[in-house]
Amino acid sequence: GCFVFKPSTKKRRLSDKTAHNFKSTSNDSEDTELRFVTCQSLWNQIKSETEQIQEDLNKQLLDNLVSFLSRSHSDFQEKTTEWTCRMKFREIPTAALVLGVNVTDHDMTFRGLSDVLQDSITPYVALLEAKDCPGIKNLMQKLMGQLMNCDIDVDSLEDEDCVQVSQNRIRCSMPSLISWYENMTKKSDSETPSRKRNSSSRHWQSPPVVVIFKDMESFTTKVLQDFIVISSQHIHELPLVLIFGIATSPMIIHRLLPHSVSSLLCIELFQSLSCKEHLSTIIDKLLLTSRFPFKLGGKVLQVLINIFLYHDFSVQNFIKGFQLCIVEHFYSQPLSVLCCHLVDIKERVYSLSHDQCENIRRLPSFRRYVEKQESGKQIELLTNDSYLKEETEKLLEDLYVYHENYVSILRCLHVFTSSLPKYPLGKQIRELHCACLENRVWETEEYESSLQLARMLNKTDLVTMLQQCVEILMSSSGKEFDRAVEKLKAFLTQFQNLEEASQERDVSVSPQKELQKKTDLYHLQKTLLELKESRRSKKLTKFEMLRFEVVDYIDSLVRRYLVPAEDRTLHEIVYFNAATVLRGHLNAAPRTALHTALNNPHWYLKNQALKCDGGGISNKAPDICIVYKLHLECGRLINLVDWLEAFSAVVMAGEEPNADAASSDQVDDVIHARFIRAVSELELLGFIKPSKQKTDHVARLTWGGC
Amino acid sequence: MSRPEGMRSNRRSLQVKFVPDEDVLKHISDDAGTKVRKDKAQLSVNVKRFVKKLENISDNEAQEILEEKNYVAALGICAQDAVGNDSHISGSEVFSFQTPKRSNKMAELASELAQTPEQNVAPDHSKCPEKMAKTPQSSSNFMWAEIVWKCNLKKKEFVSTTPYRLRKRLAAPDPYVESESEYSASCSEEEDEEEQKEVNTVLSDQKTPAKTKAASTPPPRNSLAKKIKEQKMGNLVEEYFEAHSSSKVLTSDRTLQKLRKKRLNQQTLHDLLKNAPLAYAAEIRDLNQQHECLFSKWMLQLHLGFNIVLYGLGSKRDLLEKFRTSLLQDSVHLVVNGYFPSITVRSILNSITEEVLDHIGTFRSPLDQLEFITKRFKEDSSLELYVLIHNLDSQMLRGERSQQILAQLSSLPSIYLIASIDHINAPLMWDQAKLSLYNWLWYETTTFNPYVEETSYENSLLVQQSGSLALSSLMHVLHSLTLNARGIFRLLAQHQLEKKDNPSYPGLSFQDFYQQCREAFLVNSDLTLRAQLTEFRDHKLIRTKRGADGVEYLLIPVDDSTLTDFLEKEDEDV
Repeated sequence: GCFVFKPSTKKRRLSDKTAHNFKSTSNDSEDTELRFVTCQSLWNQIKSETEQIQEDLNKQLLDNLVSFLSRSHSDFQEKTTEWTCRMKFREIPTAALVLGVNVTDHDMTFRGLSDVLQDSITPYVALLEAKDCPGIKNLMQKLMGQLMNCDIDVDSLEDEDCVQVSQNRIRCSMPSLISWYENMTKKSDSETPSRKRNSSSRHWQSPPVVVIFKDMESFTTKVLQDFIVISSQHIHELPLVLIFGIATSPMIIHRLLPHSVSSLLCIELFQSLSCKEHLSTIIDKLLLTSRFPFKLGGKVLQVLINIFLYHDFSVQNFIKGFQLCIVEHFYSQPLSVLCCHLVDIKERVYSLSHDQCENIRRLPSFRRYVEKQESGKQIELLTNDSYLKEETEKLLEDLYVYHENYVSILRCLHVFTSSLPKYPLGKQIRELHCACLENRVWETEEYESSLQLARMLNKTDLVTMLQQCVEILMSSSGKEFDRAVEKLKAFLTQFQNLEEASQERDVSVSPQKELQKKTDLYHLQKTLLELKESRRSKKLTKFEMLRFEVVDYIDSLVRRYLVPAEDRTLHEIVYFNAATVLRGHLNAAPRTALHTALNNPHWYLKNQALKCDGGGISNKAPDICIVYKLHLECGRLINLVDWLEAFSAVVMAGEEPNADAASSDQVDDVIHARFIRAVSELELLGFIKPSKQKTDHVARLTWGGC
Repeated sequence: MSRPEGMRSNRRSLQVKFVPDEDVLKHISDDAGTKVRKDKAQLSVNVKRFVKKLENISDNEAQEILEEKNYVAALGICAQDAVGNDSHISGSEVFSFQTPKRSNKMAELASELAQTPEQNVAPDHSKCPEKMAKTPQSSSNFMWAEIVWKCNLKKKEFVSTTPYRLRKRLAAPDPYVESESEYSASCSEEEDEEEQKEVNTVLSDQKTPAKTKAASTPPPRNSLAKKIKEQKMGNLVEEYFEAHSSSKVLTSDRTLQKLRKKRLNQQTLHDLLKNAPLAYAAEIRDLNQQHECLFSKWMLQLHLGFNIVLYGLGSKRDLLEKFRTSLLQDSVHLVVNGYFPSITVRSILNSITEEVLDHIGTFRSPLDQLEFITKRFKEDSSLELYVLIHNLDSQMLRGERSQQILAQLSSLPSIYLIASIDHINAPLMWDQAKLSLYNWLWYETTTFNPYVEETSYENSLLVQQSGSLALSSLMHVLHSLTLNARGIFRLLAQHQLEKKDNPSYPGLSFQDFYQQCREAFLVNSDLTLRAQLTEFRDHKLIRTKRGADGVEYLLIPVDDSTLTDFLEKEDEDV
């Protein structure tokens, strides 16, 4: 007995299909085409790079899985004794894949996995997701659909068979699956297998059927249990292998499945790479490299990392944010046309229009640069376009060189800071990178304290660090580091010499050994005090001096090369710094916006009448703001009559001119209507809802606030 | 008596707060009741005794003032933040808990807002500490006296403000208030301060013990307020549950019916609002123009694989509509009015398969349908579809399954989704998996446009429902029934209307009804009537209740005006 009334027909509009032209960034300035192309090619490069990284990182895991699968499979084939043993227990070989909480990233892993499996082991791979399988019937349906489909792809059956298969879907049960499997293997074997005896020979050729449960935790327990129990009954006919994708911990298997069911599984555990390591690799390969001309500013990077660490642990999202940065940068910065590889810079700089040159002159960093030049050059820079272009090209090349050096020195510094106790500058290189981008790192307290700690390093650590630094600098493409490398090598040899010297000095230490002979406490104390005195006054040892020298040298390198990007001229061209924009788009707070609009409409509506310094609202504010403000004064329930009267009082006070005219007994109809509208808007926004507790009352859904 | 000097000096700076008399009474007595319940020390209290009551009230007031201090402080913080950057408003402000405020606070705030038309509202509650420390009986006239007195002091300010008018309005319909206002009228004759004080002293003489207590322990407000602020965080949870544990809610009992306000129906409401000028139209237009600059950017980002979600106060319908008309004219697009009460995901999917993909045929489940759509879009790369969803967070679409399907739909590379959300808790619809499918880019588009379309459907309105929908549904059902059945229903309706003045009318008993129906030759047996009634009940046209004596009573759960309309319509038809 349900009646549906449609007060209006639904509005659905379909305009005619016409291919529309892609019109990219259509703001007024030129070069949009070129900018868009650059942006796209850059993004494609980065995308393929990230995919490559992901693949490399997963390689180990996939290899392990593949070997597990082939092993479990070979058990079926070869060791008949073990196989029969397993048959007795009806155990299904299972791989539990612990992937971490970043569920959204798993898709890619699974896709890679199924590709690898189909290439190397078996054509029969089915990927199941909890949302598709609310019941065992749906699960079987999905499973058979996928298996039969992949079968069609691999074996390229004739079309009629394909049709037949899809019709067969209606009867989805284990026996039909088995008979299908037998058919398939029979076809490939071209021999007639008898049901039981001959089976071992058939398994020689028959590949296992791999079923992957993508998100094991979200499956209904009943479905999982049923499936496992049923398939364990048929394991001797169907070589099934299960793979569970687990986001939390392997314990979940035992929590989801009772012992009677989990004993039917023969589980092996696999651990995937943690998402944090994944992110570090991504940052290392994408940001700390001079391969890509586009750079992230410190604040922006911080926003992206914060979203990663505090919201989702999703590398995918990080890359999405990165993509957005690229798009935003190329969209909003007309000069981003110069954000390209070094080889193209010259050409692009010389094809700049006059307007673009003006754009360059308007850049704050360029202005600062101009101010530092002598007056003749200043005039030249500000008036002569071709001179400006030359200069720009030079500056951009400088910027490029700066990046190369920056990255190398950053890595060197990280070698030092990452081994200090308590990590004053952070454990990860990304933290160090952020710190260096934000401001002059050598002016920070953390840097000071880490230098102090570095001055207390022992020799072996110091030597290994220096060696690492030498390696980093040698491998970098920067040309300026020859001297630095030489210097560091000199330090290393000095340390070497020191070692020999100290061996000689060992002999001279012997007088101290006399201490041990004295047993008198008083004398012992006295000598110890003397020793302490002498040590205090004593000059630093050679090693200590050398250590200071090394640290000072590193410090000088840092001061020279780790200048924050914002101090560099023309950094606006390659650095994206609009962190607030990024945060607004990726990590928005809709409720804060509503809150601001309702509490402080002046923020949006720039009208003097709305302006008030107390933070409150005037009675001229939009209706919804007044109604909202009034409702904040109420408890859990709101009496509509009171509310209406309060509202009309406020509104009528706001409209003074005709206040005398409208002195009727009743609330004005228009005000009543406005009240109704405002209240129903609040309901739409979710602040209140109708309540049946009391007549003419509404319930508040939010709590407190102002 | 206790401190007349202090009272006097304070009175100078007193602010006039308008509180409906009835409310004050109600609040004070109720409040005292709950307070007593809470207070374990006062185990054996007789709520009717004034002394106790006064004690409680004064306690309450002290607390109230402190709360308000907090409130004002919070307002200040708010302002600072808003000036800085709106994204920096701390979460604690938006989501904080506070002790529940009482109903008359709304009236207070209203009067503040009303009294200060030009100034901003920064209520200084600290200056009226003993504003409410009066006996229940005298509170109302005392308030009036205060108002009148203030009236005399600041006549020019007060003339045009509302409380006076409000009082008049209040006085008119309600007989209870009528008597009160008479009382207060007499008070208003006393114009000078001396009189005022006298009233006060007389009052306090009567209730000496309580009064002295209230006066002798003036709350050290500043330090306490500070302390409370410190304790606030810890108490949040307790406060929340305290407020929600009490089943009793303290609000006034007034209803809209007492207001003698005719209920507006949809049409008149619409007309009224259409005639009312939209405030700040120019500013709103500016705001919208700012958003319109983003259109091409949206287009670009849609094509790059993002989907766009708009949030912020105000209807985003016009904005999306403008986006559609200006940029999407040449491409296939689908507009979904999410606020429409009977929209389902299936209808969205159907319109894609049937109208976009020109597929004739049905699907077993939305999942199948989705699969089909996915396949088609993957096969044919030239196929592109823009989907505009107004109110993605509407009642019908916010379910988990609907969102899952929409998310999967939006993740297709050649389907471009642009949607708007309004509900404050809308982001809770999406978990990480859905968010990554949607791949949202958030855009704040505060428009301040009224939600005309979104709230225009009957079920989204609160109380002022015109009942026209109920009427039309009644007509609809009745028309599909036999003539006899209609007659039976008419009988019941007429009977109910006759008894409409009796508030305790239980309904028509089955036996009586049967008799009447027999007399009107509508039924010939008990059974036929029962069969008929079952049909009514299935259509929710009637409700049956069993009385204390076991007799079955029949009632039409429709309000009287609708019923009258219905009978009129029926008469026309016959």
